[in-house]
Amino acid sequence: MAKPKFMHFLGCIIPHRYPSVQKAAELVFEDLDMELLDMEGATCCPAPGVFGSFDRVTWASIAARNVTLAEDAKANITTGCNGCFASLWDADHELKHDEELRTAVNEALAEIGREFKGTIEVTHYVDALYNVAGLEKIRKRVTRPLTGVRMALHPGCHWMRPKLIKKKDDSERPHIFRELCEASGAEYVPYKDELICCGAGGAVRTADVKTALDFTKQKFDSLLAAGGADIIVTPCPFCELQLDLGQVEIQKHFGEEHKYNFDVLHVVELLALAFGHEPEEFGLATHLQYMQRKNEPNWERLGIKT
Amino acid sequence: MIKRTGGPNIQACYQCGTCSGSCPAGARTNYLVRGIIRKALLGLKDDVISGPELWFCTTCYTCTDRCPQDVKPTDVIKAIRNVAVAEGYMLEPHQKVALKVLEAGHAVPLEKESWEKLREKVGLKPVPPNASSHPEAIEDIKKIAKKTGFDKLVAEKEKTEE
Repeated sequence: MAKPKFMHFLGCIIPHRYPSVQKAAELVFEDLDMELLDMEGATCCPAPGVFGSFDRVTWASIAARNVTLAEDAKANITTGCNGCFASLWDADHELKHDEELRTAVNEALAEIGREFKGTIEVTHYVDALYNVAGLEKIRKRVTRPLTGVRMALHPGCHWMRPKLIKKKDDSERPHIFRELCEASGAEYVPYKDELICCGAGGAVRTADVKTALDFTKQKFDSLLAAGGADIIVTPCPFCELQLDLGQVEIQKHFGEEHKYNFDVLHVVELLALAFGHEPEEFGLATHLQYMQRKNEPNWERLGIKT
Repeated sequence: MIKRTGGPNIQACYQCGTCSGSCPAGARTNYLVRGIIRKALLGLKDDVISGPELWFCTTCYTCTDRCPQDVKPTDVIKAIRNVAVAEGYMLEPHQKVALKVLEAGHAVPLEKESWEKLREKVGLKPVPPNASSHPEAIEDIKKIAKKTGFDKLVAEKEKTEE
């Protein structure tokens, strides 16, 4: 069987702020015999809640330009960001079903000699890992199970919502992201506010960071009330930024005494560790929380270095 | 406009409040989804588009997934925001982000050398294969924004603030 190939849509946060996620994705996809192709000249997705809130046609046109790069390469897109996924998937879906929007977008794309044709699919890493590689293959590849590591999840919003349109998972009781993370061998820890938004989306972090952090704080407090966890795993770098750097920002905005100490991992970083890669191979310690606090991940708690 | 892009079912709203009850933004701010939808249905356009609380929705879509009438409140809110922006109600930080996309091709650009160093630290090339290394991609974005009139929308706002 031919090796599955994907156009790798990086977005903004992964390549520019959390490059460890890009590196970990490259390692994990290679380990699972899936090829990631560079998407030369891709731009911002652009952010669905931000740009989509400003002007729908401009948002859809810029997103469609990115989709046409993959149409040229005749390969489906995969991305590790819930926001990029939502932008590209929603635009692709709406353009395939809304003639009026498609006409407006193709008029804009004609200015740059492009046309949306609707010939490819947009996927998230979670789809590529769960549906294309499959749990069985992933479990077989695990050489360093994270046994005993207590793992809380933050699935985020835009991979699975709105559920009637995306048709990915039951957004009230999701199981796909959990099964994927559990393949690492870590132990799933439930908490009440697992499914609420991290607070960053929809242009809220941009407009009012303190309000955005208040969501995050509620999640952390809910997790501590449930007994805490060793790590928090998410499929989105914007959620990761909010949960990781957000711990430093919460202290700044709410007072030093609000000190949380969670190591926050993207799902591909979790799998890279479980596949036996050393954290230095993808730079786990470069997360902005550690850079700002001048500390390191809690290696002992992660069971990596004791 | 709101009906077309936001959700054709808005008139089916019977004000049950499931949206606001599910809303994590409404739990901590004066943002009230149910109220905004009611006002939109009553035609109180200026009231709806000028309120800063319109921008507290994180677009988490929990209300959309729970609405018993399939009103799609999140898409309604986004459609109302489009009207607000078209009429000149755009918050300054949002305008800055929009300009970044037009100028750098990314809402969060590579910007500083320290970010290139961070990339090298994890074993990647200093500049990724996106618009950060493709100036022609940024030109494409500018042409698209010119065609849709978005460039003017952002620029006009800049002028009125000066």
